[in-house]
Amino acid sequence: MTNNVLDCLKLTADRLPDKTAFSDGRTNLSFSKLQSASDSIGTTLVKKGCKKEPVLIYMEKSPQQIAAFFGVIKAGCFYVPIDDEMPASRIDLIIKNCNPRFLICDESTCEKTGQLSFNGDVIRYDEVIKTNADENLLQTIHEKALDTDPIYIVFTSGSTGVPKGVVANHRSVMDYIAQLSEVLGFDEDTVFGNQSPLYFDACLKEIYPTIRFGATTFLIPKKLFSQPKNLVEYLNEKKINTICWVVSALTMISAFKTFDIVRPEYLKTIAFGSEVFPLKQYRLWRQALPDTSFTNLYGPTEATGMSCYFHCDRDIEDGEPIPIGRPFDNTEVLLIKEDGTEAGEGEEGEIYLRGTCVTPGYYNDRERTDAAFVQNPLQHAYPEIVYRTGDMGRYNHRGELIFLSRRDHQIKHMGHRIELGEIEADVSSLEEIKICACTYDRDRDKIVLHFVGDIDKKTLIEKLKGLLPRYMLPGKVINLEEMPFTANGKIDRKKLEEMK
Amino acid sequence: MNVREELMEILEDLHPEVDFETEDALVSGKVLDSFDIVNLVTELDDAFDIEITAADLVPENFDTVDGIAELIMKRMEDI
Repeated sequence: MTNNVLDCLKLTADRLPDKTAFSDGRTNLSFSKLQSASDSIGTTLVKKGCKKEPVLIYMEKSPQQIAAFFGVIKAGCFYVPIDDEMPASRIDLIIKNCNPRFLICDESTCEKTGQLSFNGDVIRYDEVIKTNADENLLQTIHEKALDTDPIYIVFTSGSTGVPKGVVANHRSVMDYIAQLSEVLGFDEDTVFGNQSPLYFDACLKEIYPTIRFGATTFLIPKKLFSQPKNLVEYLNEKKINTICWVVSALTMISAFKTFDIVRPEYLKTIAFGSEVFPLKQYRLWRQALPDTSFTNLYGPTEATGMSCYFHCDRDIEDGEPIPIGRPFDNTEVLLIKEDGTEAGEGEEGEIYLRGTCVTPGYYNDRERTDAAFVQNPLQHAYPEIVYRTGDMGRYNHRGELIFLSRRDHQIKHMGHRIELGEIEADVSSLEEIKICACTYDRDRDKIVLHFVGDIDKKTLIEKLKGLLPRYMLPGKVINLEEMPFTANGKIDRKKLEEMK
Repeated sequence: MNVREELMEILEDLHPEVDFETEDALVSGKVLDSFDIVNLVTELDDAFDIEITAADLVPENFDTVDGIAELIMKRMEDI
């Protein structure tokens, strides 16, 4: 049985050595080249004494970056992608959390590694791939690998201001990819158009099915996501037939009447993430591509990737949210009420996830792991960890699961999961700020920052750029004379929301 | 308020830290990213009651304030 992601890569590289696995338009990486590059990287790491530990990957988004991921796995280690888009302070928090000894960079990031708080061994991609691979050495490591060994850590927003590193292992990824591929019908002829950055779990949807089936993934240049006409032409030129994108990337195309000029000709499968798809835009897509399948996906990073799906094969009524549907096979959704019992028909409850897809937890963070990865509240006879999502849900009269709201101040913005508390923690760290609070303006997709303090907006945003990733920067800043409070002394967020 | 002034106000609201008067590579210099452009265009459509469509969304139209102002005025003539 194949229970290691490297087995998928090997089988495919033997079967389809010359086929393009990953391309960004400049570099085409075939399966055999992916295999040999990652062998070289794995060999180098092992010979340097790297063993069962995190390895930072600090590279430009590229096929080579994916080769580095697999090189790290081959060394029996786990990759931790960081990115230029992350501000230095956030990268430092990641380094502090996982204390890595090795970092792989490329030409574009090499100089910048000096600015990080990283003191270990910096390895350059273009040099390391010249290393002769030691296949016996890698084989020994492969044979000793367990499917419970970690393969990566990705960091997600944390409400205290410190990001949380979700650790995933071979089995959680293998299970997720098997279920996702069945739901979306991936195979060797699938041509993916990747939109998501490689430092989130969202890119698993393309990377792992590509190596499993021998499909092809095009990493679409980011700039095309503000040029809808060129973007659709790119999809057609590359004959891309499958996209798993954030909703905002899809609505960008439909909202600017792109379909009046050009239509995607090859798209057969469209999947979109756990954000609300505005019905008007959704209908424009359906109208333009009546024979294409549309699937709504839902799932947290902590359960590896996506856990639920809804095939949009019936009309969605006005005002009705697109359901998140039902769990993948081998995954169960528990809807739990506040008293710890299961929600009955039509009742609201918190979504808990159960199954192989549930990851081991957060790296070096026992406290926050224990708060979210908990004993199954419905059975106490033996230890069984399930993941508490913090998402509230309910089944509709058709038996389809509906996402209702968050239990806390987490939001989804442009496809990113953000804790408003993390932004508040960073803003509060500035000495000019007396008090602050963030709200989210859903109608305009904007993070709104309200603050009391002696600083002008320009300086404030400039300072925040050094602390927060771009997608977490407030889209609107409101300077208040005083913060409104509720009767029991909490910040009155309802009142703040009315201020927009 | 003329078109350019109103545009400046919208831009400064979007990115208070950017000096829009002197920037001449807003898109090619990555001052504005894809999602900024989408946000900006949505606001422009509302503010000026125009319709900017896919064919207009090319970097050449968005690299400078003057370029954006010109595009707005061109679309205002259409109506």
